[in-house]
Amino acid sequence: MATVPRRANHMNISFLLNGENVDLCNVHPTTTLLDFLRERRGLTGTKEGCNEGDCGACTVVVFDHRALYPLNACILFLPQLHGKAVRTVEGLSAPDELSIVQKAMIDMHGSQCGFCTPGFVASMTAAAINGDRDHDTTLAGNLCRCTGYQPIYDAARACEGMPLPAWLASDREALAGCGITELTAAQPRSSDALASLLIEKPQTRMIAGGTDVGLWVTKHLRDLGDVAFLNQATDLAQIAETEDAWHIGCMVTIEQLRIWAVDRLPAFANLLRRYASTQIRMAATLGGNIANGSPIGDSAPALIALGAQLELRRGADRRRIPLERFFIDYGKQDLRPSEFVETIIVPKSDNRLRCYKLSKRFDQDISAVLGCFNLDVQDGIIRSATITFGGMAGVPKRATQAEHAMIGKAWALETVHAAMDRLSDDFSPLSDMRASAGYRRQAAQNMFLRYFHDIQGTDVTQVHEVRL
Amino acid sequence: MTISQCLPHDSGHLHVTGRAHYVDDIPVPRDCLHLAFGLSDLAAGQIKDIDLAPVQNAEGVVAVITATDLPFANDVSPSAHDEPLLSDGRVHYIGQPLFLVVATSHHLARRAARLAKVEYISHPPILTIDEALEKNSRFEDGPRIYSRGDVAYALPKCAHHVSGRFEIGGQEHFYLESQAALAIPQEDQGMVVHSSTQHPTEIQHKVADALGIGMHDVRVETRRMGGGFGGKESQGNALAVACAVAASKTGKPCKMRYDRDDDMLITGKRHEFRIDYTVGFDDDGRLIAVDFVHYTRAGWAQDLTLPVADRAMLHADNAYYIPHMRIESHRLKTNTQSATAFRGFGGPQGMLGMERVIDHVAHYLGRDPVALRKLNYYVAASAPKAQHQTTPYGMQVQDFILHEMTDDLLKTSDYYDRRRAIDEWNATNPIIKRGIGFSPVKFGISFTLTHLNQAGALVHVYQDGTLRLNHGGTEMGQGLFQKVAQVAAHVFGTSMDVVKITATDTAKVPNTSATAASSGSDLNGMAVKDACEKIRQRMAAFLADQFGKQIEDVNFRDNQVHIGRRVLSFKKAAQLCYEGRISLSSTGFYKTPDVAWDRIRGQGRPFFYFAYGAAMTEVAIDTLTGENRILRTDILHDTGTSLNPALDIGQIQGAYVQGAGWLTSEELVWDGMGRLRTHAPSTYKIPAMADRPDTFNVSLWGQENPMMSIYRSKAVGEPPFMLGISTLMAINHAVSSCGKLYHHLDVPATPERVLAAVERVRNGL
Repeated sequence: MATVPRRANHMNISFLLNGENVDLCNVHPTTTLLDFLRERRGLTGTKEGCNEGDCGACTVVVFDHRALYPLNACILFLPQLHGKAVRTVEGLSAPDELSIVQKAMIDMHGSQCGFCTPGFVASMTAAAINGDRDHDTTLAGNLCRCTGYQPIYDAARACEGMPLPAWLASDREALAGCGITELTAAQPRSSDALASLLIEKPQTRMIAGGTDVGLWVTKHLRDLGDVAFLNQATDLAQIAETEDAWHIGCMVTIEQLRIWAVDRLPAFANLLRRYASTQIRMAATLGGNIANGSPIGDSAPALIALGAQLELRRGADRRRIPLERFFIDYGKQDLRPSEFVETIIVPKSDNRLRCYKLSKRFDQDISAVLGCFNLDVQDGIIRSATITFGGMAGVPKRATQAEHAMIGKAWALETVHAAMDRLSDDFSPLSDMRASAGYRRQAAQNMFLRYFHDIQGTDVTQVHEVRL
Repeated sequence: MTISQCLPHDSGHLHVTGRAHYVDDIPVPRDCLHLAFGLSDLAAGQIKDIDLAPVQNAEGVVAVITATDLPFANDVSPSAHDEPLLSDGRVHYIGQPLFLVVATSHHLARRAARLAKVEYISHPPILTIDEALEKNSRFEDGPRIYSRGDVAYALPKCAHHVSGRFEIGGQEHFYLESQAALAIPQEDQGMVVHSSTQHPTEIQHKVADALGIGMHDVRVETRRMGGGFGGKESQGNALAVACAVAASKTGKPCKMRYDRDDDMLITGKRHEFRIDYTVGFDDDGRLIAVDFVHYTRAGWAQDLTLPVADRAMLHADNAYYIPHMRIESHRLKTNTQSATAFRGFGGPQGMLGMERVIDHVAHYLGRDPVALRKLNYYVAASAPKAQHQTTPYGMQVQDFILHEMTDDLLKTSDYYDRRRAIDEWNATNPIIKRGIGFSPVKFGISFTLTHLNQAGALVHVYQDGTLRLNHGGTEMGQGLFQKVAQVAAHVFGTSMDVVKITATDTAKVPNTSATAASSGSDLNGMAVKDACEKIRQRMAAFLADQFGKQIEDVNFRDNQVHIGRRVLSFKKAAQLCYEGRISLSSTGFYKTPDVAWDRIRGQGRPFFYFAYGAAMTEVAIDTLTGENRILRTDILHDTGTSLNPALDIGQIQGAYVQGAGWLTSEELVWDGMGRLRTHAPSTYKIPAMADRPDTFNVSLWGQENPMMSIYRSKAVGEPPFMLGISTLMAINHAVSSCGKLYHHLDVPATPERVLAAVERVRNGL
């Protein structure tokens, strides 16, 4: 364990680990759960595969009274666990016994080298408890290099509908009786508390889900200085509905948002299914994804296409701006000192939103290009068009020239082609390890064609819809 | 009978509960120190000045070691002594270890390693195949050339020709457990090293050289690896030697594990290849003459490049008899990571070159590619021996079973009907195209460095009738330990619970070869069988004598020993033998018979036998983006009489998906400075759960190995990797449906490359 200088911002944390109370005083706030397990607790079953949340070998089960989720321990800071229960692979079965999932993995020959196995067992356990049967999705965040996945998939199938493990109820009971240590100022309980903290200490680094900031610590080896963990501010994790809009709190996780969007904004929900992995979606928040201003963050282009606005808060002041105006330049957002993204407001409207994500690998990959299209067509005429791309510029950006080429025109292939021709006026994409500039441009253009065919509904247009 | 049973992996119950220990899980003493390398960020040049004071002064740092501090050999090369542990002043690639930090924790070591201030004298780096050719930067004096017949004469006379250039990308191993080692100093200059390695003996050798001591002073132990795939054949040397040197200097245990990004930046990968081909054939598509030029980008050090490039040449024929063939192989030295062993060891690249040729010829003639393959196959094993043909390197192909296997697979995969259905689909669907592809595998089994084809074992039978088993093979997930334990239990007629599997240990079995070349169970199974049979023989002789029977009357089965009509439990038999002062411990040894060849001339018999396989894959591609996906895969694979069909099927499924990943989503990208840009799973994409085929049928051919291998089984580690080639053939088919021209699709067939190929075919470019 790194010996760290004692700092004022060290925290006191309580959580339940494999059924036992863990009360820690003076914890360095960016100590990861993985390091804590392996180096302080001797719980070496949880593995480090990549140390950036991309392989799932460190997956553990985390839960409270409301929900249970698999999370990557490598980028999970201890303060994020405050008041929760954690089960590692060692705690999923009684000593000298095998859980149903563990037994299925052996029976189906689901382990070869065994290094990814504890993470799979944790993810599969979480999925089985939650009743998730879309195993391609629930296990997209666990990489295996040995088996080719088929036996693991078979094991996951075999665990569907299994009885709940005994530890679930006993841990929840223990959580209820567990005296949670007092929170420090760096763990604000509300939006108001966060706003005050940021006024007092504008340099504070906010940690929401930690799926991005985590890498600053594990890969860039940065000292984050003063930090605030937002996970106790439950009022920021709500979705409220008004007559004409939805108000999404910044701490709503991507997975919460996806589930919410399934009936309301199905195209958005489908896109979010491909946002990183289950483990990441369970931790990552919408506010974090937007505030960090990544040009390839998947939520922003879709939200811009839906006409979303941001409510930014500084102390008691709030201001509202269109989301697209928030992204000024690469790494530069319209965010003032002490200000934070409090709410994302999505207007209700009939929409024809479609989102096309393009990456080398279908699941758990960062978009090379993400195109989000939302056109309003009445009587065969395009009345409005909002088309937003990720991966085509330093920020998520609208294709205004292409939009202009469509508005007022007939909904027809010629119009689509005309818009495609204008796309080079909108974007000069870069070449990088994900894709070349030329490919990005061409694929982005082709997304217009796909949108046309999609809305027409004449052909199968997605390779992942093909089934034998 | 424990042979051929579908037993699970011996460590399965430990894997699923997190109780299986890998190197980083071994409990260490409190004073254990942790290491990290400081890495070069220049591809080629010289260190002008290096300021290590900030590293030395960093929190937790105990020592900083540079090349000048190394008392003995500064070398971790497995071959040509061209790979210093720490830079000798020259810089060969971005990611090269320059110095070694010894600190009180893994994190503090990593943190400190980034604090050095290095000034370089920069040289223009040689990064690509073209640059290396231009500078004549290569290993060996010139290209190796293997040939048969007279290509120069035969090629121009052929009725038809095609030619092309095919670029084949490398591949990161992405074993889930990154490289790791732990060295614990012992009294009297001894050193114990735990290493995540496929080659404990080489670790022992390199550590001994680095410490100036004998191999007898060093004991290397490897219980298991979290995946190897060839990436831990030589690439673990640096960590183990670093730990040993630091442990020797400080007198404390030292541990090192690479962070994932460091692992990908420092260690070697599969060799990237360029293959130029010119092919002559007749009207029917019978190949007459093939001229291949292989260029491989070997990186900065020789490592295992020569045998890798050799094996690519030895598989350039794949399954086809070609009367006139010439293969020229250039092994190019570049300022990038030193390419190394990776499942298939050059075989996949060589074979892929030939499958590309067949695909191209079939396209040219408008013939069914499967029919064309069958037409060119070697003569079947079932044909009279006199008709058996030879490979371009002069080895007779006596065991060729792909005719029968192919026919079987065509039937079970319903090939012709599906191909028709796909053609119909493609005619009516403008955006999504489907394709079906077939590829056969004929893979040579044996180390091509012939002396490596040996193995040792050590078996103890205790007086309570339990067995302890040790051999030179290492366990990386392939199930070797279980298979070998099945052999031991089989010899003694006991159940599996009697056999204790133990860590590979250089103090128990010396002078082992790497667990590589798919040879693990072939070699170690035989060595263990030999050891067990020696003990059984002694027991049988003693018991026969005791009970007044002949040795032939003694039988070991069902946990019992039958001596005529008398039956003893195996336990009782062991106890009697002990009391009768019979040695119940034995070494065992095996060397592969009949292999001998000349690698310079490319002539002889490098392989004991061939392993065969055939795969049919169907894919869909998106012609707007080039995205592609596997819909269905059918595999028929030859493992002889399988030692454990469940483990073998696991190897086949895993190898296929790994092979498909190599050819589709796994792309290594270096920038113009020579920096690897894909050094983490965020940017390097191995297949995930949803990338496995929707329908995945795997069957074993099940015919015994005609050669006297261990219980007539066949090696299975590498051969099925190349079944992944069928994925590319299916993508080729789908792309070809977009127009008339040949696609010239390079690999990996990323969405970007597939879209470009679709555009070429469509626009006739």
